[in-house]
Amino acid sequence: MNPLLGKLTLEQVPYHEPIIMGAVGVALLGVLAVAVLFQRYRLWGWLWSEYITSVDHKKIGIMYVLLGLIMLLRGFTDAVMMRIQQSMSLDPNPGYLPPEHFDQIFTAHGVIMIFFVAMPLIVGLMNIAVPLQIGARDVAFPFLNSLSFWLTFSGAMLVNASLIFGEFAKTGWAAYPPLSQLSFSPDVGVDYYIWSLQISGIGTLLTGVNFLATILRMRAPGMKMMRMPIFVWTAFCTNVLIVAAFPILTVTLALLGLDRYIGTHFFTNDGGGEQMMYVNLFWAWGHPEVYILVLPAFGVFSEVVATFSGKPLFGYKTMVWATIAITFFSFVVWLHHFFTMGAGANVNAFFGIATMIIAVPTGVKMFNWLFTMFRGRVRFSVPMLWSIGFIITFTIGGMTGVLLAMPGADFVLHNSLFLVAHFHNTIIGGVVFGIFAALNYWFPKALGFRLSEPLGRASFWCWLVGFYVAFMPLYVLGFMGMTRRLNHYPNPEWHPWLVLATVGVAIIAVGILCTILQIAYSVWKRDQLRDTTGDPWDGRTLEWATSSPPPIYNFAETPRVTETDAFANMKANGTGMFVPGTPYEDIHMPRNTAAGFLMGIFSIGLGFGLVWHIWWLVGLGAIAMTAALLVRLFDEDIAYIIPADEVKNMEMQRLQGVGQS
Amino acid sequence: MPVSQRLSFLTSRLARLRPALIVLGTGLLLAACSSVILEPAGPIAAKEKQLILISTALMLLVVLPVIILTLFFAIWYRASNTRAHAMPNWAHSNAIEVVVWTVPALIVLALGWLAWTTTHALDPYRPLEETGKPTLEIDVVALDWKWLFIYPEQNIASVNEVAFPIDRPVHFEITSDTVMNSFFIPGLAGQMYAMAGMRTELSLIANRPGTFGGLSANYSGAGFSGMRFTALATSDEEFDAWTRKVAAAGRPLDETAYAELAKTRENSPVVYYAPGDPNLLVNLIKKYRHTPPPEPTGDKGADQVSETPPAAHADH
Repeated sequence: MNPLLGKLTLEQVPYHEPIIMGAVGVALLGVLAVAVLFQRYRLWGWLWSEYITSVDHKKIGIMYVLLGLIMLLRGFTDAVMMRIQQSMSLDPNPGYLPPEHFDQIFTAHGVIMIFFVAMPLIVGLMNIAVPLQIGARDVAFPFLNSLSFWLTFSGAMLVNASLIFGEFAKTGWAAYPPLSQLSFSPDVGVDYYIWSLQISGIGTLLTGVNFLATILRMRAPGMKMMRMPIFVWTAFCTNVLIVAAFPILTVTLALLGLDRYIGTHFFTNDGGGEQMMYVNLFWAWGHPEVYILVLPAFGVFSEVVATFSGKPLFGYKTMVWATIAITFFSFVVWLHHFFTMGAGANVNAFFGIATMIIAVPTGVKMFNWLFTMFRGRVRFSVPMLWSIGFIITFTIGGMTGVLLAMPGADFVLHNSLFLVAHFHNTIIGGVVFGIFAALNYWFPKALGFRLSEPLGRASFWCWLVGFYVAFMPLYVLGFMGMTRRLNHYPNPEWHPWLVLATVGVAIIAVGILCTILQIAYSVWKRDQLRDTTGDPWDGRTLEWATSSPPPIYNFAETPRVTETDAFANMKANGTGMFVPGTPYEDIHMPRNTAAGFLMGIFSIGLGFGLVWHIWWLVGLGAIAMTAALLVRLFDEDIAYIIPADEVKNMEMQRLQGVGQS
Repeated sequence: MPVSQRLSFLTSRLARLRPALIVLGTGLLLAACSSVILEPAGPIAAKEKQLILISTALMLLVVLPVIILTLFFAIWYRASNTRAHAMPNWAHSNAIEVVVWTVPALIVLALGWLAWTTTHALDPYRPLEETGKPTLEIDVVALDWKWLFIYPEQNIASVNEVAFPIDRPVHFEITSDTVMNSFFIPGLAGQMYAMAGMRTELSLIANRPGTFGGLSANYSGAGFSGMRFTALATSDEEFDAWTRKVAAAGRPLDETAYAELAKTRENSPVVYYAPGDPNLLVNLIKKYRHTPPPEPTGDKGADQVSETPPAAHADH
């Protein structure tokens, strides 16, 4: 092996594959275009000081959201390619993607959508909203937050690097051994999988620790746990799940890595290896993971439905307890992912029933949203459209989920397109709809101007209709006996349904295009869409009590909370947040740091070196990361003071703005 | 856009969508009726279908009201509807809370009971002795990317084609000499994972003669899509004829033949072997294990798991 380049050779670059090279070309052109723009408008300094080195939770949140949206384009391109392949590949037509390419695409699609689309978007939304909703100035550990983001970024870049250098895993997104072992997957694909998830997984774990500390310790005075906004509650439960579940994934992938790198036998076929243990551990993380994603989305819908119905959320306490119940039960259902692995009837029945029990608190949540609209004054703004679309779509997804929880039914539906339809039904109908509701809802708060409504509505209708056209046929195909991950298939009866599903994906593509146009148009027309009040939706929670975007310190004075829906009460009672006449005080804020960014960039080198066995790069990356961390740890100048006078000036300007509108 | 316009926009969209949804729904039902899962050819698959239908009906008791009420509340309580009675501070009702916890709980209780009984009744390890006929034993080995079927009693073996007489219980013992696969004949029974070093089991009965497509339901690498086999449910006479055909056309499934067969190959043709190797399954499991595998669970039901754990887990 070459000591300089490890296993990496020129043959590993698929320059002879027009599809891959085209994708790489488009991506590079996009990066180049952005670079030219930044050069043209001299924005590098701004980018460095306002975003890259920022430890401000709002800025980090925006970067997470941007990363998630960009990776959505990649993950969605994978989806389009799969749908086109299956709409062609009725035997004897092999389609246009050979198995070695198709198999990478469905693996990359799953990995990207879960780890580098849904996770960054959810974490980004928590970053933007949680500190504001609890009346805090930042998260508990601002530097750690920056590091979390850059490690997530690093993982995403490693996945993208696999497009050009070598290949991605061909194992399915769960990478079950023994297929993911060296004996069956000798290429670097699984190594890319392992290291991109390990690096980003550590970022996620740090996020979990950070937000738990933030929510537990940094709430405004008077905000007891039972007065927290529901989104904070769901974020809290999600971070409990992150802290409890992600270490399982880390250990599982570490064991798989040991099998592949030093020849241990944790999950191999031979040498006493236990492949079922991997499946067991993977889903012990994997099932809580779906609740990590969907709970904050539930939180978003709770905020949105209450705000746009002009009422407090119906049954706040019930909602909290339902969330806690789901958190608990999400840890005792993982076996339903492998009823068909030979467990006895008692075991299967136990986990099936435990799974069904989750439907009770989830059903209660549905009714609570319903009765929040009941006797309200419902405004059909874009976030509300997504919420109504969610309630209907997710209810269907929940129903098919309970069906799959029935072991007897799962034996015929497991691994089928029915299953694929089910989890897209819940992840798109729940998580993605929630993310789009939240993007439209909190966009003015994060950036100071609203998103265009007509394009937002167009995006919603395309996604809604596209979702049904794309995924209802997959339910049918599941009943017709079609299993997942097929590169080609013999049954001509399946073909029309697959074509219909491709039409659905095309409609979703128009929806995504509308979202891009919506963002671009709103940036262009930002002066007309400016939110001068800080409260564009008649909001109920504290984030709307400050300007849009909020000053770096969020609140000049820490708000005092006496009830749930703190801001709605202040508006109703005509009381401000602050005692009038109180003098402004100096504000202590964390300084920007490049340490998180540098550690993230060095970790790309570390991961790339590990993937290709380039040991000098591994050593260099590890040393550089440690050095950056040490420099940061011994740096004592990590905070600064905003003097009271400056705070006063900033607040006066803000209040003038509010007064004018 | 004013709220009223927005609303008429929404309602008109919904109204326009309704026929489409009805067409789609009817289409789904029609398609589902011509589907293999809902067209069972054996008692196990029939019970599985029945289970799907009953569970769906039970769940619709909650799902339909939720969907209808969502649309109704959203539209009736729109901000522009002056006839709607708005109560902007109303956010709690014990009566409603009781109902929304109780109704889903009762339905889940019913579903849970259904899950418990059917999981035991449909346990793929449960021997099917109702017919009173002797059980046909077939060993199944998943290979890259083909299925090997061994008939220990008939002393024959075949690749990518399996036959069994109708109205007679068939008992499969399943393993893999490669990665994880899932043995699945939709229309006749559920699926069961095939794993190296493990023995899993599946029982089924076919009630009507026919040719059924079988496949691996669990992705297993590049040739996965072509890893299909044909399952022939036949009369007793046809089955005897089939075994004679295999015995006549076959070559022995010896070490050389197996080594040749086990090589990676996509879209393998049907191959017959005679004599088959009745010990192959056990030997393949032993290949990956330090300790020999226990006997299959046989007539012990799942309720007696404490004595003999399900075979997959019993191999430790």
